[in-house]
Amino acid sequence: MKGLVYTRYELLRSFRNRRFFFFSLGFPLLFYIVIASPNRHVTDFDNSGISLPLYYMVGLASFGTMVAMISCGTRIAAERQVGWTRQLRITPLTTRAYFRAKILTAYTMSCLTIALLFLAGSSLGVSMPARYWLEMTGLILVALAPFAALGITLGHLLNIDSIAPATGGGASLLAFLGGTWFPLGHHGFLYQLGQLLPSYWLVQAGHIGLTGHAWPLRGWVTIAAWTVLLTATAVYAFRRDTKKV
Amino acid sequence: MPAADLSTTEQRQSRVILTAVVAATEAGPGDGIRLAGLAKSFRSPEGPVHAVRGIDVAIARGETVALLGPNGAGKSTTIDMLLGLAPPDEGSVSLFGRAPRAAVDAGLVGAMLQGGSLIQYLSVHELLSMIAAIYPAPLDVGEVLEQTGLRSIAGRRTQKLSGGETQRVRFALALVSNPDLLVLDEPTVAMDVEARHEFWDAMRAFAARGKTVLFATHYLEEADQNADRVVLMAHGEIVADGPPTEIKGRVGLRTIRATLPDVTADALAEVPGVARAERRGDGVLLSCSDSDRAIRALLERFPDARDIEITGAGLEEAFLALTADEPAESRA
Repeated sequence: MKGLVYTRYELLRSFRNRRFFFFSLGFPLLFYIVIASPNRHVTDFDNSGISLPLYYMVGLASFGTMVAMISCGTRIAAERQVGWTRQLRITPLTTRAYFRAKILTAYTMSCLTIALLFLAGSSLGVSMPARYWLEMTGLILVALAPFAALGITLGHLLNIDSIAPATGGGASLLAFLGGTWFPLGHHGFLYQLGQLLPSYWLVQAGHIGLTGHAWPLRGWVTIAAWTVLLTATAVYAFRRDTKKV
Repeated sequence: MPAADLSTTEQRQSRVILTAVVAATEAGPGDGIRLAGLAKSFRSPEGPVHAVRGIDVAIARGETVALLGPNGAGKSTTIDMLLGLAPPDEGSVSLFGRAPRAAVDAGLVGAMLQGGSLIQYLSVHELLSMIAAIYPAPLDVGEVLEQTGLRSIAGRRTQKLSGGETQRVRFALALVSNPDLLVLDEPTVAMDVEARHEFWDAMRAFAARGKTVLFATHYLEEADQNADRVVLMAHGEIVADGPPTEIKGRVGLRTIRATLPDVTADALAEVPGVARAERRGDGVLLSCSDSDRAIRALLERFPDARDIEITGAGLEEAFLALTADEPAESRA
């Protein structure tokens, strides 16, 4: 598979970018330890029904993976900046293979983030049946799809200078409104707003530890709708960008 | 002079058509490169800019053609259209009988675009392998490293390369795909003299495999030394198209200045080797297609000419001379 060789080198590139690798994995872990370590015995965090270490394990896994997904846009913007995207347009590499490489790289970073936080979580006493761990991971990966599309959209719309504040600010806002930092409760404006966002359902993946049922139908529909919408904007942004001379 | 009869637009066009016909007969229909009636304009705050104004070029398989012209002549826009990076407003491009995108997808085209840099965190060898893997029948990476003089830095990360080394890697990226058509847009920018030398050697070695090469340059010398044929562009049009020696005769103009009163410009224009004569007070200004011949003849006919200076004209001036007989408005 020719496209896969390209993907392999893409992965190699992102692992060799040590600073990116370090900050991308290090920050969520650091946050988690600072927040959850002193409160490891809180069993019902803020009436959410789940323990604080579990709540923040999923919260920070969602934040870290969200950033990892959106930052595929930063790499796209950087490649556009040096004319690499243009160079690739005069090769037989298909658009599909190009995006597959970007998305797989982002998902690999996300998987590492999840593994690291789950490891930290279990060391702070989070325990669940193996089936729940797996389902939780699966739900997080599904919920990341719209963020991959968001990253690609931003990567083709913004230049290298504006993309850092846009992705940083965007991810922080989505994380805040999605309930990464504290539970949104079960009523009120923030709760209503949160349910409309993909980041909320990303965080809700952690509720599997409570009931064994993490997402109602509404969660699946919300994630699917955002994925479709943002994929459409990604296609638009890509076409608009590559039409330029 | 064979060049002299190409000076009017009609004749130039007929020459271009003739070249196209010859190329078509030699190579068979659908083969080679064909640009037909290609035109493109851009919007700008000052109104539309007509970057390319309807050009026709046919290149036979195996030819090495230089696209020569000053900055802003429309060379890069032509190349963008040829590669399918920019859609033409009018006209069409055929690469070996296919549309640009189809030819690119079939791996027939390798190109080194103007400007641009490399992605980071890979070694030169890895970057070449990454690109080679996209193509159906790439060259051996080691062989390309050898040809482009990159073997000694094959293990170096791309972010640690000098400007000249980066250019060589970009050339290697175009070669490794083993294309039938190699397109190079101002390839020697940022290279020192020695690197240029090696670069053109490698290019000629590649062309010798029967490959078709089109390169854009604004150096007459590069076009003269490395191409079978030169297509001269100015103001988005083709001003001349022919073998390098012929183009050199027309573009490599030298100017003779002398103090020579009492001789009409018309009489001076008839001196062999003089393309154009102008009188400025007591002085005369002779634009020469062959200055050696002109100076001998000048001194023979007008022995009292003095204060003689012979200077080489820049490409810009040569283009101005070549296009001066057309009304300026048509190019505005």
